[in-house]
Amino acid sequence: MLGYIIKRLLQLIPVFIVVSMIIFSIIHLVPGDPIDSMMQIGSTPEQRAELTARYGLDKPLPVQYGIWLAKMLRGDLGEAIILRQPVTALIAQNLPHSLLLGVLALAFSTIVGIVAGALAAVFKDSWIDRSVMTLILLGSTVPSFWLGLLLILLFAVQLGWFPVSGARTWSALVLPVLAIGLGGIALVARVTRVAMLDIARRDFVMMLHAKGLSRWRIQFGHILRHALLPVVTILSLRIGWILGGAVTIEYVFARPGLGSLLITSLNQRDYPVVQGCLLMLAIAVMLGTLIGDLVQAAMDPRVRDSST
Amino acid sequence: MTTLASTEFASSTLGKVLLSPRGGLSALCLAIVIICAVFAPLVSPYQYDIQNLPLANREPSWAHWMGTDEFGRDLLSRIIHGARTSLTVAVVAIGISVAIGMSLGAAAGYFGGLFDRLVTAAVDLSWSFPEILIALILIAIVGPGLGSTMIAIGIAYLAQFTRLTRAQVMALKNETYIEATKNLGAGHFHIIFRHLLPNALPPVIVAGMLATGNAIILEATLGFFGLGAQPPTPSWGGMMSSGTAQIFIAPWIIIFPGLAIAITVIAINLFGDAIIEALDIRNRLRDA
Repeated sequence: MLGYIIKRLLQLIPVFIVVSMIIFSIIHLVPGDPIDSMMQIGSTPEQRAELTARYGLDKPLPVQYGIWLAKMLRGDLGEAIILRQPVTALIAQNLPHSLLLGVLALAFSTIVGIVAGALAAVFKDSWIDRSVMTLILLGSTVPSFWLGLLLILLFAVQLGWFPVSGARTWSALVLPVLAIGLGGIALVARVTRVAMLDIARRDFVMMLHAKGLSRWRIQFGHILRHALLPVVTILSLRIGWILGGAVTIEYVFARPGLGSLLITSLNQRDYPVVQGCLLMLAIAVMLGTLIGDLVQAAMDPRVRDSST
Repeated sequence: MTTLASTEFASSTLGKVLLSPRGGLSALCLAIVIICAVFAPLVSPYQYDIQNLPLANREPSWAHWMGTDEFGRDLLSRIIHGARTSLTVAVVAIGISVAIGMSLGAAAGYFGGLFDRLVTAAVDLSWSFPEILIALILIAIVGPGLGSTMIAIGIAYLAQFTRLTRAQVMALKNETYIEATKNLGAGHFHIIFRHLLPNALPPVIVAGMLATGNAIILEATLGFFGLGAQPPTPSWGGMMSSGTAQIFIAPWIIIFPGLAIAITVIAINLFGDAIIEALDIRNRLRDA
């Protein structure tokens, strides 16, 4: 297992280099002079020269990338143009909020998705199955930000049960987690249902019936246990989607977080912050996928054996 | 004669799709949305950009079926024109994705070697990143606006079509008829464009259709962030974005555009599902 972990970590290095190159190049690919896009109206030529020197834009591109990478690895992501603070400090303020929301949404959608998918499989073609299938259809078609707005309308504006926005209390997490969760629940429930129905047709299940085991024990003690493997596989592949959902939902609920910071900075064209946020989100997606892979390898020896 | 024609229609792919309950219903919904998008100026009751401040934030009524927004503009008219924006962006974006993805996937699957390894590595790299993140990176480069939204969404979905076409071409290239065509002296270009791609097309078209639904959601999300179509061009996401400020007094500004997105996307998904059933290609899509 240790060998597998090291191998997967080493595989991340080229991915990280490519992603960091793309994010580094943003500032050079924006139409026009990158300094023009960074300068505020009324800036002086001295400020322009100072900015050019600070970002090392007079040096060759590979050198610039090397300097940027070295600074980044030391935790220096530059300074925000509009907010006039170090980007690292801004990220440090916002990251915990995004992590909390992402982890809670992931846990919520996994647990509820497995339960819903399992119930749909056990009671196939019943009203439970049809309700879960409808939930799956809605979860994969309703935009999460609209769902978030509807939840605000109903539970915050009309009923007043939860705060409309912000992140001051724990109750402010409920609606965002629900809004992100529905898409995740749809995905997990669909995979669980299909996997359970597929495993229920296998020979060993017939054997369990022949041994006289109760229906519930077969369904939840054996079939569901085997069905969890494809669920973990799909979650490890799609973990980024749930984190992506957090980006959108933070903005809807005006919660602090990397997503809100990114969207605000994109609208203000504050490129150092945009780069910092995108880099952190990309790292979060890579690490999330890695954790998913490791869980999958821990559960299934075939995964770690096939890749060594 | 009529009976024969109707039997033929019922057994054709289109007939099977349209005569199934979900296929027929979703086709009807889609037809309405497409008609609204194409003939927007003719079917909308008011002009979408005429402001009438005394009528701001009016709730739905006989005069304004879906109410008015914060500038007193008719919401129904803006949703009808918004359909045009959303559908255009989604269709053009997925068109870009399909065209580039199919070319890359076909070349990678057919020629193999280093090019295939590079394409596969790029596809695998982007596969784990959510489309919204890819689109945001591209918007950061190209800048906000309608054109950049199309490019961003088009590239965000590229991996899906490259992967699907590559898998189809890999499966087809060893078929006897391809061998026979090669032995007859056909060139690579002829084999790829005349034989491989036409046979790989059905699953790609269906996947493209389903992706169009997701592209509508992504376009609305970018519009909601203020990064898509810029005012006064109406877009469903942009309308909801401006509606958030009126959430306490005019919730309909948020409810109706969202409903338009949900209905359109559900109809696209159900229609796509009906086509998958009729063409019996679920396995080909799943394997890829």
